[in-house]
Amino acid sequence: MSLLRFILQNHAQLLELTGEHLWLVGISTLFAVLIGVPLGILVAHRPLFNKPVLTSANIIQTIPSLALFGFLLPVPWLGDRAERLAIFALTLYALLPIIRNTFTGIRGIDPAVMESGRAMGMTQWQLLLQVELPLAASVILSGIRTAVVISVGLATIAAAIGAGGLGEFIFRGLAMVDNRVILAGAIPAAMLALLADFIVGWLERHLQPR
Amino acid sequence: MHSAAANPAIEFRNVSYSVAGTQVLRDLTLQVQAGEILVLLGRSGSGKTTTLKLINRLLSPVSGEVFVNGILNSDADIIRLRRGIGYVIQDVGLFPHFTVERNIGLVPKIESWPAPRIRGRVHELLQLTGLPPEMASRYPHQLSGGQRQRVGVARALAVDPPILLMDEPFGALDPLTRDELQREFLALQSRLNKTVVFVTHDLREALRLGSRIGLMEAGQLVTILPPHEFLRSPDRWAMAYVKAFGDPLDSIPPEGAP
Repeated sequence: MSLLRFILQNHAQLLELTGEHLWLVGISTLFAVLIGVPLGILVAHRPLFNKPVLTSANIIQTIPSLALFGFLLPVPWLGDRAERLAIFALTLYALLPIIRNTFTGIRGIDPAVMESGRAMGMTQWQLLLQVELPLAASVILSGIRTAVVISVGLATIAAAIGAGGLGEFIFRGLAMVDNRVILAGAIPAAMLALLADFIVGWLERHLQPR
Repeated sequence: MHSAAANPAIEFRNVSYSVAGTQVLRDLTLQVQAGEILVLLGRSGSGKTTTLKLINRLLSPVSGEVFVNGILNSDADIIRLRRGIGYVIQDVGLFPHFTVERNIGLVPKIESWPAPRIRGRVHELLQLTGLPPEMASRYPHQLSGGQRQRVGVARALAVDPPILLMDEPFGALDPLTRDELQREFLALQSRLNKTVVFVTHDLREALRLGSRIGLMEAGQLVTILPPHEFLRSPDRWAMAYVKAFGDPLDSIPPEGAP
């Protein structure tokens, strides 16, 4: 019950940190989609870029997040503000699942569909907007879903460099050796991850091509 | 004979095509007259499909020239060229996320026809290809194989292109449906008078549909003849083909045989 009391006493701050957390995840996912989807389209169309792009995204994924935050800290413009740095790092982590799923989604389209589209005189652009993206949409969304769930978890670590978010409670609780405080950060973060997973999963199902 | 003979609808001049070092087509010279059904007959890998794809520039020749309506293909605007050529393939390639109506109306739509005109044309085509009007709102996965192929033909005819390319369009259908579609296709052709290049490996289909049959073997056109002459051709490949199809009764072993 003391956890509940702690949350009630600090509900204003909890709300603020949740807001920060959502902002970090939301804006970095948005950037990752804006960068990752076009990159995924590029590698699906130009197999030459396939290896370098996917390998780079893969390598980024293997860098421990705490280390990446540390590496980026001395970078001039980026390290000036903790929030900026956190958004940058989270964007990098979110790229891989989005690029990979965009690539897989487009490559998975029935070749006969693409061939007849081309043969009917559709332009590259018409094929992309009317055939490739709609048919790959559910696979792309499932990549975004993975990215969001990873980001919600990773964003807690952003608190280590002072970027805010629910990680604040977790790190504070660790320092105070107080489980209540840790849980006050961890439980809402887990709930956010589940909620995001549910919402994007719902979208994914409703955009499933017939 | 009108001037079509002087200016063929499609012409190949010494066309070769190779991919990854393998020569798929060797020095092909061929003329397709307006309004005829030229059937390209041959086994898998003989170059029939490649020939077809060189016409709508899904492929480009390594050497030689392809002309469509007297215009050199490599000079033509590729989008305009393709919209003037209907294309029907065995796998149909309907857009799974489009209704039948949107599938058939696709080219009219990208040609910016007004919506009521597209709707009118779609219903006309449904009727022409023997599909009930209520099919318009269905999705491809809700149709049978024969219905899908009818939609494929309707889609290819949407903007009334003078040329139709068909790559084993009835190959995946059961014999009864195939027979029905072949018959309807001939009836349709007698009204529409398209220039058709039709690819098949089925001699019966070739004899039934073709004005002329071009036999392909190992990337070359070995002979090109009207159906009745094809049956009597002394060419060894043509004879081999005719023999292989032979009398269907020959394929039943005699009664009492082990």
